[in-house]
Amino acid sequence: MKYVDEFRDPELTAQLLQELEAATTKPFRVMEVCGTHTMAIFRSGLRALLPPAIELISGPGCPVCVTSASHIDAFLQMAELPGTHLAVFGDLFRVPGSNGTTLAHARARGAKIDVVYSSMDGLDLARQNPTEQVIFPGIGFETTTPGIAATILAARQQKIDNFMVFSTHKTMLPPLMALLGDPALGIDGLLCPGHVSSIIGAAAYQPLAEENHLACVVGGFEPTDILQALILMARQISEGRAEVENAYTRAVTWEGNPRARAMVETIFEPVDMEWRGLGTIKGSGLAIRKEYAGFDAQSRLSITVPESKEPPGCLCGQILKGITTPPACPLFGRRCTPASPVGPCMVSSEGTCSAWFNYGNDSH
Amino acid sequence: MSSQTQKTILLDHGSGGLASQELISSLFLKHLGNKVLSALEDSAVMENQPGRLAFTTDSYVVDPIFFPGGDIGTLAVHGTINDLAMRGARPLCLSLGLILEEGLPLADLERIIISIKDASQGSGVPIVTGDTKVVPRGKADKIFINTSGIGLVADGLEISATRAQAGDKIILSGSMGDHGITIMTRRAGIALAGDLRSDSMALHAMVQKLLAGLPEGTIHTLRDPTRGGVATSLCEIAGSSGLMIEIEEAHIPVRAEVRAACEILGLDPLYLANEGKCLTLVAPEIADQALALMQACPEGAEAAIIGTATSGNPGRVVLKTTIGGTRVVTPLHGAPLPRIC
Repeated sequence: MKYVDEFRDPELTAQLLQELEAATTKPFRVMEVCGTHTMAIFRSGLRALLPPAIELISGPGCPVCVTSASHIDAFLQMAELPGTHLAVFGDLFRVPGSNGTTLAHARARGAKIDVVYSSMDGLDLARQNPTEQVIFPGIGFETTTPGIAATILAARQQKIDNFMVFSTHKTMLPPLMALLGDPALGIDGLLCPGHVSSIIGAAAYQPLAEENHLACVVGGFEPTDILQALILMARQISEGRAEVENAYTRAVTWEGNPRARAMVETIFEPVDMEWRGLGTIKGSGLAIRKEYAGFDAQSRLSITVPESKEPPGCLCGQILKGITTPPACPLFGRRCTPASPVGPCMVSSEGTCSAWFNYGNDSH
Repeated sequence: MSSQTQKTILLDHGSGGLASQELISSLFLKHLGNKVLSALEDSAVMENQPGRLAFTTDSYVVDPIFFPGGDIGTLAVHGTINDLAMRGARPLCLSLGLILEEGLPLADLERIIISIKDASQGSGVPIVTGDTKVVPRGKADKIFINTSGIGLVADGLEISATRAQAGDKIILSGSMGDHGITIMTRRAGIALAGDLRSDSMALHAMVQKLLAGLPEGTIHTLRDPTRGGVATSLCEIAGSSGLMIEIEEAHIPVRAEVRAACEILGLDPLYLANEGKCLTLVAPEIADQALALMQACPEGAEAAIIGTATSGNPGRVVLKTTIGGTRVVTPLHGAPLPRIC
């Protein structure tokens, strides 16, 4: 397959692995921020091939995983209101709220919930069902938010007033600033998320690199993309540099996508946001502006977001912070499996626990 | 039937009265009739034949009911035939149970019955008994089908997952994921370029050629990787046989369209359903011969040896990735869902 096979070429991979080995002069810890990176590293088998001096820690970049239990409870609350119809991303469907109930349970009890691939599908659903209130639970980072903003703009333009978004949208930099400021984490390098970076631009990581002396490298998602990013990172660490470099130039520029950011700015404004496992982080969320309140499910349906209760024993919070790895959790693989997940990191296909469970390798 | 093209299924069609009889004669017997079925007795009586009986049943509730490469009718015939074939049975006959939703267009029902006729005649396995019920609108989704099948297994022939042996070569009869991705993209209304189509087909003829062409006892296991895909079937075989299974990603046939759709939707073709493929575990010394026999059949033209069973870590399936890494393959948990980004 064009544009994919080239980046999974076994010979090139072997060559890059040799280069990485040579560039790695001392052990270092890398946080891969994005869930897609976590999954790609496991799925491609790359994890087992990397030099043992490189330790990979997964970060808080799986949008489903960081959605708080209280927000899932709010989604459930909306699903059970008469006349509502939820359009949700597939991996949100099986995430348990604070008492273990999921949207899948709600649907089995009669709630109208459709799995959609894009928020625009939700808008179509609203158009086709004018007597229903179609609600799209908005989750995700800078990668998904522009699409949601575009959908709200389209809804206004097309005068579709039975479409709403419940925004739990988050931005990537505030939690990274909060997490990486903690020296106990001991992170030397940051594998910056390729998709988010295509919007915010590589330049966005400059404060992180400078303030925390971190080697920040933007990486793509194919094995050779990831290796190239790790080589740049290993060289920085060997030479004591802490800079932002871009190893994903076919998708990411220094400035990012100002048009997409402007669209997000039109619809959303920064708010404090609760993250699963990380608590409330100042200015890390996006709420729908008053001018677009007609599309804001939370205000229109007067949904109160209850306080989060984490499932007892679940270590997702620590896993999302990179403090611990899934096998250290007493629930992992026992009470918590992809078939009956306790914590969100096991639910999402991009979740760290799910990646370890599905693709975990004996060698690591 | 032209007068019926505008017509729909009514509750009367399942009442057992005149409307039922009209449906049976003008639709079912017209297309599916044979000596046994057309007798309209309460049960079909088949001639006794040598061998042991294989008996299987499966229900079909696919949405959408029509899709590129087949429909619910072709699946209902091929799926049950394949379940018989996977034990080495020669399929003898099928039953056909229909649950119809009130309001189903008669034209849709006829299209499905014609598909069933074509699949049944094409495979040489007749429908010998049947039943139809109609439920009120909203109590079923258009049409549900159950087929049961009876087949004959030659004396001495033992094919099962428990018979897999260390050293066995694993052959996949063709590309994986075609059916699953076709259904998923059609269901979600995702329009993708390329020729995505279900692989729905009967495999018993190819299996009979393998049995006839290979030394006795050299085919150990046959399994059709339907729901849960190749990954889940291999995990089941590893679990039942107590063997480890090692497969090579680079050797597993996947059509470019299927790979591309999986990349876009965040799905792994190893977990997508197939409706016309089988996994075959054979003794290593005849593996090349088995592969050649399969490749000589249209059903197995793209067959490939994808891995080996070993005595390593019992029950474990390991994939060697294209870049030379390894990862564990686990069974499917829940339904495959497209991911957020």
